[in-house]
Amino acid sequence: MALTKEQVLHVAKLARLALSDDEIEKFQRQLSVILDHAEKVMALADDGVPATAHALPLSNVFREDVAEPCLPQDKALSTAPESEQGRFKVPRIMEDPT
Amino acid sequence: MSELWQLSATEIAMRIANGEISAVEVAEAHNARIEALEPEINAFITPTPDIARAQAKAIDERRATGAPLPPLAGVPLALKDVICVDGVRTTAGSRILDAYVPPYSGTVVHMLADAGTLLVGKANMDEFAMGSSTENSAYGVTKNPWDLARVPGGSSGGSAAAVAAGMAPIGIGTDTGGSIRQPASLCGVVGMKPTYGRVSRYGLIAFASSLDQIGPFARNVRDTALLLNAIAGHDPKDSTSIPDPVPQYLDGLDAGIDGLRIGIVKESLSEGTQPGVAGRFKDAIETLTSLGGEVEEVSLPSFAHALSAYYLIAPAECSSNLARYDGVRYGMRADAPTVSEMNARTRAQGFGDEVKRRVMLGTYALSAGYYDAYYGKAQKVRTLVIRDFDEAYQKFDILVSPTSPTTAFKIGEKADDPLAMYLNDLFTIPSNLAGAPAISIPCGLAEDGLPVGLQIMGPLLSESLLLRAAFAYESARGPAERPPL
Repeated sequence: MALTKEQVLHVAKLARLALSDDEIEKFQRQLSVILDHAEKVMALADDGVPATAHALPLSNVFREDVAEPCLPQDKALSTAPESEQGRFKVPRIMEDPT
Repeated sequence: MSELWQLSATEIAMRIANGEISAVEVAEAHNARIEALEPEINAFITPTPDIARAQAKAIDERRATGAPLPPLAGVPLALKDVICVDGVRTTAGSRILDAYVPPYSGTVVHMLADAGTLLVGKANMDEFAMGSSTENSAYGVTKNPWDLARVPGGSSGGSAAAVAAGMAPIGIGTDTGGSIRQPASLCGVVGMKPTYGRVSRYGLIAFASSLDQIGPFARNVRDTALLLNAIAGHDPKDSTSIPDPVPQYLDGLDAGIDGLRIGIVKESLSEGTQPGVAGRFKDAIETLTSLGGEVEEVSLPSFAHALSAYYLIAPAECSSNLARYDGVRYGMRADAPTVSEMNARTRAQGFGDEVKRRVMLGTYALSAGYYDAYYGKAQKVRTLVIRDFDEAYQKFDILVSPTSPTTAFKIGEKADDPLAMYLNDLFTIPSNLAGAPAISIPCGLAEDGLPVGLQIMGPLLSESLLLRAAFAYESARGPAERPPL
């Protein structure tokens, strides 16, 4: 199926990607081709086929609820672009009300 | 007499244990080889000669005390730059992690150090392991040691090229849709994707979590088995890792394949396969037959559809995994007045073209109203692929195909055509969807003088059998050709 420009813009917003106009045009074209290819195959899977999310028969992997050593706070923060008082620091969250 | 960089891992470990050579000599020979070839090959994002030297010194000191040495003592190793090493820059081939220095090491990093390997460098790769050529690396393409105008394959192209060029006898890669086997094929080395969950992924930067698997590269099958033993095993830190005990992969390696039932995947003999690839594959079938293998064609109808399912499942999972690169906890941050603008600008500046394309594709496939039509359907096709394999393994012990439909292609040749690039993975993807192991081993040169890979696939946890078959084939054919470097 052919994606519209509006759909591409919507997906870019969901994906938190500030795309350029050129990128939007390019992805609109390329994603349409890839999805076309995929759709032909998707028709093979009818409702009677169960979905596979994971190839191994492993589920509900539990362990004893015992605390184990983990990264100390200073190491966990060592890779942050900005931190303050033992916390990750980010730009303002609220939009400017004016 | 061979140069030190030409020796296999097995030989290096043996000679060091015997006291014929020192680990420091081995480290320096490989460091020098890397320094000499890197300007042409670009196999590494971050060479780590000092780490290799320090690890080698510790091995030599240990030997001097008379203490027993681990199985890969003094063997240089190239590690794909997608696995975290405490205190060593780890980029995943991305600008967004350009300055990232992990505060911890992955489980395999600890295991490889315990096994005695020497880390010579963090190997180049397609950004976040998305690609089949290493052209998507933010650190420049890796050149194929057989022809510098060609790609080494990908995404683990740096590890494959390093092993092929004698920069290290062994390497570690990751395989989500063929990212170990395809570059192994294109560079003329051995590469194996173990069963999903056989090797811990703790400390691996995630791409598609239901598919990603870490695995070995080497120049021969014995070294591959040794390296797999060094990294396989259950890890409480990875809940997807398999609790079953790990066999000794060298045991029974030379038991041969007399009477083994071998299925040729009919769907891999399509017209799209390069004539030279089909020719070498045919030769390989003759060799397997001469070794007593009972070879027959088998049809896996869903084999050809696996690619389409993969290119919805992997992007969907990647779009979710890569949401963590938001400029808050690690990686680069772009300037912006608010946090949401900062997120969007950071990701736009930090991610390359292919990563953006897959994040977009995956986000779309998971978005409201489309989930059932795309991701849900793709998961059903995944079931069909698994059923086809299950049925084939009623009649056959292993399945074979060419690893890749073509030999190494020219740099830039497929860069603007995502779909043509994705077709590289046509024969490798089904094993990832099934979670099953598969190995690629060199089976000669095509009409263009470039290496061709034979892929051997098996059911879950059949690594010993695959290694045995690969070893029998390799022994019959003789040592693989080496690039003219």
